[in-house]
Amino acid sequence: MKRLVMDTLVIAERNLVRLPRAPDLLLAFTVQPVMFVLLFRYVFGGAIRTPPGITYANFLIPGIIVQNIAFGGFVTALGLNEDVHKGLIDRFRSLPMARPAVLAGRTLSDVVTNLLSMSILTVTGLIIGFSFSHTTPLEVIGGVGLLALFGYAFSWVFALVGLLVSSPESANSFGFIAVFPLTFISSAFVPPQFMPAALRAFANVNPFTIIVDAMRHLWIGQPAGNYVWGAVVWSLVIIAVFAPLAVRRYRRAAGV
Amino acid sequence: MSTSLPADQPASAGESADELAISVRGLSKSYGKVRALDGVDLDVKRGTVLGLLGPNGAGKTTVVRILATLLAPDAGTASVDGLDVVKDAAKLRERIGLAGQYAAVDENLTGLENLTMVGRLYGMRRAQAKARGKELLDRFELDEAANRPVKTYSGGMRRRLDLADALVAKPPVLFLDEPTTGLDPRSRLNLWETIEGLVADGTTVLLTTQYLDEADRLADTIAVIDHGQVIAEGTSDELKDRVGGERLEVRLDEGADVQAAVRALASMSDEPPVAEDGVVRLSVRERHGTIVEAVHRLSEAGIGVDDLVIRRPTLDDVFLALTGHVAEEPAEGEDAE
Repeated sequence: MKRLVMDTLVIAERNLVRLPRAPDLLLAFTVQPVMFVLLFRYVFGGAIRTPPGITYANFLIPGIIVQNIAFGGFVTALGLNEDVHKGLIDRFRSLPMARPAVLAGRTLSDVVTNLLSMSILTVTGLIIGFSFSHTTPLEVIGGVGLLALFGYAFSWVFALVGLLVSSPESANSFGFIAVFPLTFISSAFVPPQFMPAALRAFANVNPFTIIVDAMRHLWIGQPAGNYVWGAVVWSLVIIAVFAPLAVRRYRRAAGV
Repeated sequence: MSTSLPADQPASAGESADELAISVRGLSKSYGKVRALDGVDLDVKRGTVLGLLGPNGAGKTTVVRILATLLAPDAGTASVDGLDVVKDAAKLRERIGLAGQYAAVDENLTGLENLTMVGRLYGMRRAQAKARGKELLDRFELDEAANRPVKTYSGGMRRRLDLADALVAKPPVLFLDEPTTGLDPRSRLNLWETIEGLVADGTTVLLTTQYLDEADRLADTIAVIDHGQVIAEGTSDELKDRVGGERLEVRLDEGADVQAAVRALASMSDEPPVAEDGVVRLSVRERHGTIVEAVHRLSEAGIGVDDLVIRRPTLDDVFLALTGHVAEEPAEGEDAE
């Protein structure tokens, strides 16, 4: 167990050290989200109806942060895929290190990068008119914690994807084909009550809706219902399902 | 290098296990319908180099992957340093080093960061791992590049760093999977000298290669592998003796009648001469007078000769004689993957 923690930290440190040296990746979770915030706020914002009493800036920021956090695990998918192709996974697997450490280190370093992009997005949000309202400092911090947990859970999904797909490009298309629709057909950008019936039905059961509503509840006091525990449970379920699958896949992973 | 001398080994291991660093019996592995390994037996004595020689797809990489605990065999047993590669895999990983043809180093880390990471994953403390890393960088003449990201390294430097990674824990057994594939001749020679140094210090090496000169130079014993089976084993000289005596190679003038040349020379050899790309090759019974005789026969037949040489058999000849195809010819199917 001690070995697992040590090895996980070594791998996480490695991922973080190399990050600033891969500038394209760095752009992906710093500049890109800011661009999306600005586009949504100023291009779509005026045309999207929000529930009464909520400005679009307040509606948008929790939603777009959740979407970004879901994409944060992307760094794991790309990184693992690269490690498999470069033969580094073979090296790790030939070392007397704890078996799950490569994946645990990956997902752990994602938490750090997620916190970074979360801060960038929150600051951007505050600049374009978002404000924490009907909330307490504890709830704001709780929101950060929930985002970190949810992002961590999604990193395990991406860990499995990174080990399964044949190239970084395929990992990329998984992101766009699976995660994009899931986040758009949720309460993240548009209130589901304004969607066509079929989409609304999907959006209402979409886990992303639960996470986004939990975030809104914590940061802007709406919607009134408490979705936080639902969001926590969803995150834990995702980890419980995908972490063992990813570790199992890792044990059999083979280099080029 | 902390080499495991026989005296360091557990007494219970028995005498033969003491002498053998690697022992493989009946190893088989299939990928779907492709039989990558079909009953491989190998023995490697401590402190020696076994060259596993074969074309792409022969199964060399599969052997290494199984011995390095990356892959479980379908059948058969293998032990390295007295430890079973399946049952004792976790323990064995502390006793082996692996360097591969793909130079498994992190391009975005510096040389020193790479080595320190590997050291820590072997369970060393940070300072200890760093010190060991510096030691290895000095030894591999990478000290000046120690703090540069690996993506700025040349191919030869990457291979040296990869090899250094494999040596971090001073493993008594080292697996080198095509260590010089794709390297320029100077880097190759350089790496050969490094490997020779390791062996001189007592490390046991299993080396796969498709280069005959590499096996010839580095390996104490050579196992020729083709279609997942060991088809010949012995020292370089023993293998060459199996092919027979001197080789005569005649390069004909462009447009010369190759078949006529083969006919003219046939009775000089016990086996039919082989013609390829305007070159006729045959083994001859004796060196003395052979060139004069060959020139005489060819000029009598009116065949122009561009070049003519007599030489000892190479491992190329061995491979051709054993497998019926030349070593570089890629076999069908991927190697190991």
